[in-house]
Amino acid sequence: MPKITINGKEIEFQKGMTILQACDLADVEIPRFCYHEKLSIAGNCRMCLVEMEKSAKPVASCAMPAAEGMIIKTNTEFVEKARKGVMEFLLANHPLDCPVCDQGGECDLQDQSLYYGVDKSRFSENKRDVKDKYMGPLIKTQMTRCIHCTRCVRFATEVAGVPEIGAIGRGENMEITTYLENSMKSELSANVIDLCPVGALTSKPYAFEARPWELKKTESIDVMDAVGSNIRVDTYGWEVKRILPRINEDINEEWISDKTRYACDGLLKQRLDVPYIKKGNKLEKSNWDEAIKLISEKIKKLEPSEVAGHIGDMCSIETIYAFRRFFENLKSTNLEIREKKFFINPQEKLNYLFNSSIVGIEKSDLILLIGCNPRHEATMVNARIRKAFVKNKVPIYSIGNPGDLTYEYKIAGDRSEDIKNIFEEKNEISKILKKAKKPMVIIGESALETKSGGFIFEGFKEFLNNNGFINEKWNALNVLIQNASTVGGLDICSSFFEIQDNFSFFDKLENKKFKFLYLLGSDNLNIKKENEFIVYQGSHGDRGAEIADIILPGAAYTEQNGLFSNLEGRVQECRKASYPAGDAKEDWKILSLISEKIDNKKLFKSFEVLRNEAIKEIKNFSQINQLPDFKKSNSKKIQFSYTPEKIDIKKLDYYYSNSICRSSKTMSDCRLNNKSFLKDGTNN
Amino acid sequence: MLKQSDKIFTNLYNDFGWEIDSALKRDDWKNTKDIISKGKEYLISEIKNSELRGRGGAGFSTGLKWSFAPKELGSRPHYLVINADESEPGTCKDRDILRFEPQKLIEGSLIAGYAVGAHVCYIYIRGEYFNEGQRLQEAINQAYEKKFLGKNACGTGWDFDIHIHYGAGAYICGEETALLESIEGNKGQPRLKPPFPALVGLYGCPTIVNNVETIAVVPTILRRGSKWFSSLGKPKNTGTKIFCISGNVNSPCNVEEEMGIPLKELIEKHAGGVIGGWENLQAVIPGGSSMPLLPKKVCDTITMDFDSLIENKSGLGTAGVIVINKDQDIVACMARIARFYKHESCGQCTPCREGAGWMWRILERTVKREATLSDIDLLEDVTKQIEGHTICAFGEGSAWPVQGLLRHFRKDIEKRCSGEPIVKKKRDIPYLVDQHLLEKKNA
Repeated sequence: MPKITINGKEIEFQKGMTILQACDLADVEIPRFCYHEKLSIAGNCRMCLVEMEKSAKPVASCAMPAAEGMIIKTNTEFVEKARKGVMEFLLANHPLDCPVCDQGGECDLQDQSLYYGVDKSRFSENKRDVKDKYMGPLIKTQMTRCIHCTRCVRFATEVAGVPEIGAIGRGENMEITTYLENSMKSELSANVIDLCPVGALTSKPYAFEARPWELKKTESIDVMDAVGSNIRVDTYGWEVKRILPRINEDINEEWISDKTRYACDGLLKQRLDVPYIKKGNKLEKSNWDEAIKLISEKIKKLEPSEVAGHIGDMCSIETIYAFRRFFENLKSTNLEIREKKFFINPQEKLNYLFNSSIVGIEKSDLILLIGCNPRHEATMVNARIRKAFVKNKVPIYSIGNPGDLTYEYKIAGDRSEDIKNIFEEKNEISKILKKAKKPMVIIGESALETKSGGFIFEGFKEFLNNNGFINEKWNALNVLIQNASTVGGLDICSSFFEIQDNFSFFDKLENKKFKFLYLLGSDNLNIKKENEFIVYQGSHGDRGAEIADIILPGAAYTEQNGLFSNLEGRVQECRKASYPAGDAKEDWKILSLISEKIDNKKLFKSFEVLRNEAIKEIKNFSQINQLPDFKKSNSKKIQFSYTPEKIDIKKLDYYYSNSICRSSKTMSDCRLNNKSFLKDGTNN
Repeated sequence: MLKQSDKIFTNLYNDFGWEIDSALKRDDWKNTKDIISKGKEYLISEIKNSELRGRGGAGFSTGLKWSFAPKELGSRPHYLVINADESEPGTCKDRDILRFEPQKLIEGSLIAGYAVGAHVCYIYIRGEYFNEGQRLQEAINQAYEKKFLGKNACGTGWDFDIHIHYGAGAYICGEETALLESIEGNKGQPRLKPPFPALVGLYGCPTIVNNVETIAVVPTILRRGSKWFSSLGKPKNTGTKIFCISGNVNSPCNVEEEMGIPLKELIEKHAGGVIGGWENLQAVIPGGSSMPLLPKKVCDTITMDFDSLIENKSGLGTAGVIVINKDQDIVACMARIARFYKHESCGQCTPCREGAGWMWRILERTVKREATLSDIDLLEDVTKQIEGHTICAFGEGSAWPVQGLLRHFRKDIEKRCSGEPIVKKKRDIPYLVDQHLLEKKNA
């Protein structure tokens, strides 16, 4: 390995590193503003200047490739002078409004001017004033504070894949703005807030809410989609003030979607805080004793086959396991995790996982999307596909038209015949697939929802297996699950499934076979209520609570500990950051209370016992935060009927996909804002 | 003084007409095929031997630059880009070449294109030179008609095409990498170097960027031999150069002269002398507005070539000689130049974006006699903080004129800044100490 000398210390570095990265290796801190690991190098802030031997000028360490035998100094007077000079320039036109700036306390400029700057400014001219720009409902701008690092511009064009942010004007008059001052048409737009090193782009919903040092920080997991983005939940007392990304290179890198970040104000609104009982045609406030008594009396009167339960989209593995035990005690087998009728065969774990893994996308050399819109269904997966597209120029094909995915793809048909042709090898795509070394087939719920869903899945699985694409090193079969609870739920409730009669729960529900329906945080299930007695347990007064006869107030994902398995099957821990609202209780405790009322037996002694038992139920479990172990597929192909039809990618109401989003004002604003885009003159 | 027979640009004043027919009479396109048939190595070594230095301002050896292009054509094409974005105040040499000697430029492009392995040449003309661009296009068309360009250009077996690209009037697009960005259709902002354009240039392909004058002298050098060219001028500063003399002279003009001609001779002989006589001279900017000025004392003896001007802390630059006589307010002149640089900064990197405007504002105050003595030191600090800390050479270009002013006319400025600082503070206070604590006695 080549060597470089930094401040008299010789260290080895990898080829292709810049001086700045080499300095990081040597534990030498270099101040920086424009440099960001995940973005291209701009080299325009000039804060990272270092002294290089044989160079009369200081060099920008972020842009200069390190080379064998270079001698770098960062602690000389020469460097200090350069840094102080740049710092003075940066502060010359930067307003000193830190006391009223939301970035205060987590501002790169503030921190670095303390360490590398001078205590006072010699700039006695008038400061520049820049008009604030409108950037949509999420981003608050104060453009006078901008130091023109162009991180936001680079993020938008490189990572988010939208061209809207740019710089207009030149010299002193350069201004960062969005095109025609519209909001950024991206689901990743709010990441520019984190990227902005100063307070030019700050969070609009969080404006003037709190200072960073007042907040309690809890490392947790997002449940808005099945990706399981790593987040940090910042709370002030009971309130969740904001959600920020946590770096996890395997999943979300350092970005999160706008929904993950801003649905949190929904946690404060529409909350269920006491049990309700329907009396007459009206839900009335009640108490736990009464509600639980009523439920246990109802259940005792009914046959087990008349009792059914549906698990919602944001339930943790522990909650699902407790629910399963609850139903086992009742001897009922009517349990369902899916919200829509899409085919799933839970016999083997690889049948419902994103097996190639999110990191695997970057290694893949061919991506085939089958009836899915990753941009809305799993935003961070889409960002990774874009990264692979930009970095490796990976060819992408799609069956069905998902619309703008921020990268180029070819539509290779939109009917189930086209898919059939692929695995029957009558198609160009099958040839390309067979030639690829690491292909990925991503099957969306929309494709599995068609009448030939089972046929498509089993056919593809067989095709990939026969061509050696399902093995320990590379598994090309991917199912794009949408809900955070689904993968964990399928692990735990697989024994309740009938493979051939995949939708028996839905059929029974439609044929009104159930007299008692227990909705565990389930808001998206399509129910036409007639005579069923419905119990809704959940955190928000949403669609489920509307039709309920009894409402039991539960905890939201930030208010209870729980494990979630993401779409790759990676089990991660969601941690309690706040407390359930009012009289609400954690979900497993409620189930335990009802169970106790019915047969005088507690379900679990403690949460630890529950967790240990639940983990044992997770298939192929390796470790927390790790991918599951690979198990070879042994099952035989199951024959399903085939119906020719159009693959219709179901449009997901992205900003309104679950009960927390629907309660969030910010999400409503975004939704409204997005709709107004569609109405403008050019694209009706 | 340069002999008429040694002049390269014989039609600099359009005495004979610019059309291709009259150019052919002046020996353009003579033996071009034979010259090219001698091969790349010969061309490059001949230019190296002639010690031709780039005429765009930096004075980098042209032969050396050509030799940086990869020897073999790889999968990526090579490009030749000619920089006709002549925006330096005080400079108008390329304009006359475009207007009156276009065939020299076109022939030079073919030779240079062959030498660096480029089949395509882009000529980037500043937007204001619209008429000149039209003229050049006509000249290119004429060359195509004579089969000097296009497939099998001039019978050499080398395919060569020239495209004209107009700028939109930004000074910074004369910087070679900003120019490439501009051709690609992006915002004209300089790129980070390394990588240099010779390896990663236009559309990511190896690209050689040369000034108009540099390319236009190439055919004559090759026809008359490198020895002839290097016999003119001084060692390492060889050949002839078009000087653009403007400002307070009796007859401003463009003139081709030998390198190393004394400045006084240049002004007196060709430009009719300084208005009010040599004694009335205050200062001269020798190489376009971005070079530091020289006071009269230096002007008396200085010779006009790269190295002796660098010795005097200035530079030949584009050889745009701006004469300033004693009737002018030198600070106001520099303030105007500073305003130009403030206006033309691309805004990409911090020191130049924030510093150029700061310098201009201090100078404006100085002109109005509103500045204080401490402002002079501040101004000097600001120029030092810009210089060398930027992505491209614009930082130097904006800081040097002000540095030149401070170097030679500091006393004049101090006289203007007679106003004392409002708050007098002790100077020996150590840096980075809470100043309010020092005001207490027992601090």
